[in-house]
Amino acid sequence: MPLSVEEIRKDFPIFERTVRDGKKLIYLDSGATSQKPNAVIDAESDFYRFHNSAAHRGVHQLAEEATDAYEGARETVATFLGAPGGSNEIVFTKSATEALNLLAYAMGNAAPGSRFALEPGDRIVVTEMEHHSNLVPWQQLAQRTGAELAWFEVTPDGRLDLSALDTVISHGTKVVALTHQSNVLGTINPLDEIVRRAHEVGAVVILDACQSAPHMRINVEELGIDFLAFSGHKALGPTGVGVLWGRINLLENLPPFLFGGSMIEMVTMTSATWAPVPQKFEAGVPNMAQAVGLAAALDYLTKIGMDNIHAHESALTGLLLDKLLAIDKVAVIGPTSNTERGSALSFTVSDIHPHDLGQFLDSQGIAVRTGAHCAWPLARRLNVSATTRASLYLYNDEQDCQALADGVVAAQRYFGSF
Amino acid sequence: MQLDSLYQEVILDHYKHPQHKGLSSNFDAQVHHVNTSCGDEITLNITLEADIVSSLTWDGQGCSISQASVSMMSDLLLGKSINDASAILSSFCELMASKGTSTGDADLLEDAVAFAGVSKFPGRIKCALLGWMAFKDVVIQAQSK
Repeated sequence: MPLSVEEIRKDFPIFERTVRDGKKLIYLDSGATSQKPNAVIDAESDFYRFHNSAAHRGVHQLAEEATDAYEGARETVATFLGAPGGSNEIVFTKSATEALNLLAYAMGNAAPGSRFALEPGDRIVVTEMEHHSNLVPWQQLAQRTGAELAWFEVTPDGRLDLSALDTVISHGTKVVALTHQSNVLGTINPLDEIVRRAHEVGAVVILDACQSAPHMRINVEELGIDFLAFSGHKALGPTGVGVLWGRINLLENLPPFLFGGSMIEMVTMTSATWAPVPQKFEAGVPNMAQAVGLAAALDYLTKIGMDNIHAHESALTGLLLDKLLAIDKVAVIGPTSNTERGSALSFTVSDIHPHDLGQFLDSQGIAVRTGAHCAWPLARRLNVSATTRASLYLYNDEQDCQALADGVVAAQRYFGSF
Repeated sequence: MQLDSLYQEVILDHYKHPQHKGLSSNFDAQVHHVNTSCGDEITLNITLEADIVSSLTWDGQGCSISQASVSMMSDLLLGKSINDASAILSSFCELMASKGTSTGDADLLEDAVAFAGVSKFPGRIKCALLGWMAFKDVVIQAQSK
């Protein structure tokens, strides 16, 4: 069903304001963070206004309400992801970055010889298109444990080179961590073969779904993966909340990462035992208002329909690709075909540095991201020091795409030919 | 248009026709500075004779602001004493911190007062300062030899 962008925008108060001396806001930076609908802003502030108390602590009414709201949010996330083991498979973190670090540190805490323990001779596999948050934690884990870090390279058109799949995911691979959709290229990675091979050698597959979960229907069971991370704020939710999903039997066998209140079962002066999952991974009073806000965001997305949102973005991406590729001296960094592709679209305009282009577009009210997008190795691989990225969401429309294309042409006029 | 206060003609001129670009083969010290937020890079070579900057060459890549700034800086500081160069450096840093309230000391900064408009764009101040911070660093390294 086609989306009514006009109706959707009414739900997002930020579109009532203007930028740079009265210009209409054209927000094309949802890949960095999404805007928030009233439903989310209200859910978060209503928690503070009416229900605020520490979840899982105390027997008073507010503590009950806070616990219900927080655990209800967990149910919502479990349903959103199709978690086969239900809400116990959902761990709230402060961000997707923390979720990925949780996995890396927890594995680093594993007892020698246990399922998740890494040692010299073991391998961690990533890809060349990872965001730093799904690369650096694994680099560090490899350094701490002596395991080897290996990776899939990226082809010139921005796809994963899987020609050496069985060699890269070798026997001895314990972890395969990759992005579902590249935050720079927009590429949606094919998972079936990777998951099959990873499981063949006994590795777990960790999916960074930051750029996919907000934009398409996700079912972790169908994907066949073992762990998944995504951030709330990129999915219309508040900042300060991320999600880690993991298969229940794996989470149960994974040692904790952060230690403290709530995550324990019994404590003596010299030792402690752990609470069951997911509490084992949630030390401290949790980010309740943010989790509740995220649940409101997922409810909002679900009501519109993830398939509808994906279809809407896909149509716009095709349109934007055509418009940009029709402009002289514009090069798209990433797939130029609109298949297996999300709505993050990076490009360069020869002679105009992305920083200057971004500044010019800003003067037109258009918000884009410029730089290396937290993916330096990828930028080096593709031989670009920086790009301009437009990223679309459910509140964008054809006019936004046209405004960007017009803005690029106007920038070429403004800066002249260098 | 406010954008024009950022992209002054003289800035775009230096971007199109950078001065002292191309690294000298001999130098007393060399530094490489990167703006981690956007990836702009500058390598700067310096040679001192007594107390005078006798050679200042650079190479780099980045936006018009960062590249024009290092180009103008090398033009301005070449042949100056370390003391004079430091005074110019301080004056430029003050201008960048002025949030658009200063027009800059034209006696000291000459053409570099064109960067006054940059101070109104917080996201771009680092770009303008990239080469200047590299200079501060390279002088310390050359002097410690």
